[in-house]
Amino acid sequence: MADLSSNFVGIKSPNPFWLASAPPTDKEYNVRRAYEAGWGGVVWKTLGEAGPPIVNVNGPRYGAIWGADRRLLGLNNIELITDRPLEVNLREIKQVKRDYPDRALVVSLMVPCEEAAWKAILPLVEETGTDGVELNFGCPHGMSERGMGSAVGQVPEYIEMVTRWVKQNSRMPCIVKLTPNITDIRKPAEAAKRGGADAVSLINTINSITSVNLDSFSPEPSIDGKGAHGGYCGPAVKPIALSMVSEIARGEATRGLPISGIGGVTTWRDAAEFMALGAGNVQVCTAAMTYGFKVVQEMISGLSEYLDDKGIALSDLVGRAVPNVTDWQYLNLNYVTKARIDPASCIKCGRCYAACEDTSHQAILMKEGRVFEVDDSECVACNLCIDVCPVEGCITMEPLAKGATDPRTGAVVGDYANWTTHPNNPMARAAE
Amino acid sequence: MSNTPLTPGVVPGRLAASALAENFSDIAPPLDRHEAQVAADRCYFCYDAPCTVACPTSIDIPLFIRQIATGTAEAAGRTILSQNILGGMCARVCPTETLCEEVCVRETAEGKPVEIGRLQRFATDVVMAKGGHPFARAAATGKRIAVVGAGPAGLSCAHRLAMLGHDVVLFDGRPKAGGLNEFGIAAYKAVEGFAQAEVDWLLHIGGIEVETGKRLGRDLTLEALKAEFDAVFLGIGLAGVNALRAEGEGRAQVRDAVDFIADLRQTADLGALAVGRDVVVIGGGMTAVDAAVQSKLLGAETVTIVYRRGADRMGASGYERELAASKGVRILTNATPIRVHGGDTVESVEFAYTEDGPGGLTLSSETFRLKADQVFKAIGQKLDGAPEALKIEGGKIATDAAGRTSVAGVWAGGDCALGGDDLTVTAVAQGRDAALDIHAALVG
Ligand SMILES: Cc1cc2nc3c(=O)[nH]c(=O)nc-3n(C[C@H](O)[C@H](O)[C@H](O)COP(=O)(O)OP(=O)(O)OC[C@H]3O[C@@H](n4cnc5c(N)ncnc54)[C@H](O)[C@@H]3O)c2cc1C
Ligand SMILES: Cc1cc2nc3c(=O)[nH]c(=O)nc-3n(C[C@H](O)[C@H](O)[C@H](O)COP(=O)(O)O)c2cc1C
Ligand code: SF4
Repeated sequence: MADLSSNFVGIKSPNPFWLASAPPTDKEYNVRRAYEAGWGGVVWKTLGEAGPPIVNVNGPRYGAIWGADRRLLGLNNIELITDRPLEVNLREIKQVKRDYPDRALVVSLMVPCEEAAWKAILPLVEETGTDGVELNFGCPHGMSERGMGSAVGQVPEYIEMVTRWVKQNSRMPCIVKLTPNITDIRKPAEAAKRGGADAVSLINTINSITSVNLDSFSPEPSIDGKGAHGGYCGPAVKPIALSMVSEIARGEATRGLPISGIGGVTTWRDAAEFMALGAGNVQVCTAAMTYGFKVVQEMISGLSEYLDDKGIALSDLVGRAVPNVTDWQYLNLNYVTKARIDPASCIKCGRCYAACEDTSHQAILMKEGRVFEVDDSECVACNLCIDVCPVEGCITMEPLAKGATDPRTGAVVGDYANWTTHPNNPMARAAE
Repeated sequence: MSNTPLTPGVVPGRLAASALAENFSDIAPPLDRHEAQVAADRCYFCYDAPCTVACPTSIDIPLFIRQIATGTAEAAGRTILSQNILGGMCARVCPTETLCEEVCVRETAEGKPVEIGRLQRFATDVVMAKGGHPFARAAATGKRIAVVGAGPAGLSCAHRLAMLGHDVVLFDGRPKAGGLNEFGIAAYKAVEGFAQAEVDWLLHIGGIEVETGKRLGRDLTLEALKAEFDAVFLGIGLAGVNALRAEGEGRAQVRDAVDFIADLRQTADLGALAVGRDVVVIGGGMTAVDAAVQSKLLGAETVTIVYRRGADRMGASGYERELAASKGVRILTNATPIRVHGGDTVESVEFAYTEDGPGGLTLSSETFRLKADQVFKAIGQKLDGAPEALKIEGGKIATDAAGRTSVAGVWAGGDCALGGDDLTVTAVAQGRDAALDIHAALVG
């Protein structure tokens, strides 16, 4: 068993799997059971100011996207931050932290954009003995209408200002949770860094309407015939989250800023991918809400098996893929591949043919007896055939060796060369 | 009820009513909506799909499955029914394991095809449950067509003709329409009176007048029909049966399997239907399996199918043979009956071992006997009662690809016609195609 113990901005946990701030972490009962199930840490459901608690809708608060067999692919919610009194949450946090000193416990916070509000809550939180705070600048619905959550997260200056207040008014590590509902994720991350954040976590949920009821014409989830956009999460958002994490990991101004990866982590593999793209740990919400706390056991065993197989430490994994994330203009245009269909594993469904013939490059030939073959003189190597093939490994991409002639272009495969030096590029720099 | 499977002789009520109800319940219960959605998702939407090619009626299978997957089962049903108006029955009786599902690429890939038959049933059930009729008739053509035989071929032909705007009179010698759907198909494949319900539903197209109890050769002549109608279609199936030609065949309780099955299909009370304690079924096709399985389900103690050639030559598919075995039917191959022993009534059957060589079947001198108080002959049906004017070829009415017979103005299709292969779905295809050709000939 590989050692999965994790140290994220000084916060120690037995593994890098934390529950994200959300219903699974909304109360002592849940958090104790999550720890017992094996979760390395939790970010407590976001706390708001003292005073009358937040109210939630009393109708459905989730919407969903399903695959066949009702596999939950995407979840959307219109829930707000915790609707339990601040004192109750703080009391429970203190007790849980005392009983589980080896687990990470971070408290998520969202109070109005005024220094006094932050000054008021931070000492109360610090007093619980919690390991750190996470600033919820991400919640895209409800709270944002009141100038909090993503309303702050979409304005880098506010992020910087609030982060600074937090760092000035407490000694706790401060993680800034980012909203993806923004055009360039690097800007809020840079602002957090300028404000003194110890780390960023991302992504929070994405503005979404999951579906429309075609009988009542209400968006779902429907509250008395009306719907509001909610926040989207679950497996469907992972690609968006991965890209955003990578942008921060490789961004000039943000490189080295610790990242807690969130968004669609469902299996150990998802977690490993986030970490390879620079996340120091991961946070999980939807997978736990779908399958219960026990899913973490597969994440633990899977990541551990992977690290053992590779013979690497967890710390070696973090950021390992970052140098390979680049801009399109630096991709090797002399990397030429051709699709190859293995007749032995082909089940003759013809999906590659339909895809290539109708929507790509007419590079697949359908021969007598439903035998499918790639015509190298037409194949542009787009990969679509592989993406639609139901048999894993049946179609592969085979690179042409250097010196070979590409039958499509007639060009000889040469050394690495990219767009910046390509003759068709009006801005091309002469090769040095 | 005092009879049991062990009661000697041919007696009714070997099993309690509850056991009979259980035994004759739906062999492949319908999928519910969720199951259908999951099953539908397994379809790869193949290009030029092999399943569609394998279906004698060329149903666009990937399309209808996708329509199920997207929650539009009614549209799926229309896709099916537009090609095969008896898509509901075919979903229940087609040997999909040798048709569409055999060539499903997932059969190739994992030995587990998409459940096309059950999905087809799901979609057609939705359409039929809705009531009404999904197709409308074209403007009247003023043409009248006689369709003789209200089995799958005749029904399919009549429906398509009606849809194209023709008026049809559908004759059948039996008291009920449906052909073997009503009198032949195993009871557990089409439960709850499905065959009649489907006929009634099909007739909702309008323009089809049904005349049962009208037999060609007895009540009708081809000449008269030709004179009265603009065209004639014959879908008279195979009304005759082959003889065993074994000594003692005339003893009581030696019957044609199709008659036994027809009785079974028509009885109001399965508990009143008599069956032997030791039943021997002679033959190797679907009829043999159906007679054997249903005897067993009625409570016979031992049921044995005896086929004269090897298992690989049997007409019944592997799936059907497994079904028989799972119900406790024994299948003996390479043996042929030479003598039926007994007094007035059969007591046993004597078989000779056979060898299927290049020169044909040879009988060994070695024989054996099977105890039997009831024997069913299922050695094939043959054409019977075809009008003399028609050219016969290979024991069937000679037709061209469009179903035209040797007599102008007369078409034929289904089991009675050349090219039929004793499948419901083929009969439907031929009936439909003949209708299209009749239409082209009359108004095209
Ligand atoms: C026991 C049994 C089980 C079978 N099981 C299956 C199965 O599971 N799956 C499958 O695909 N196929 C099965 N078949 C075959 C299938 O039933 C036939 O291929 C199909 O019914 C042929 O349709 P048809 O319209 O040509 O003939 P039929 O269904 O035989 O219909 C012919 C009609 O013509 C009428 N008729 C006959 N002569 C005259 C006349 N002279 N005048 C007026 N009317 C006449 C008859 O009364 C009958 O209604 C089975 C057959 C049998 C016998
Ligand atoms: C019902 C629900 C409530 C949530 N509430 C909060 C919250 O109070 N604070 C917060 O920072 N994030 C909240 N989130 C966002 C999650 O913490 C997480 O960022 C997001 O769901 C993406 O992770 P996932 O794909 O693993 O679910 C909530 C998510 C859900 C589904
Ligand atoms: S890689 Fe693209 S172009 Fe080449 S065969 Fe596949 S689908 Fe066609």
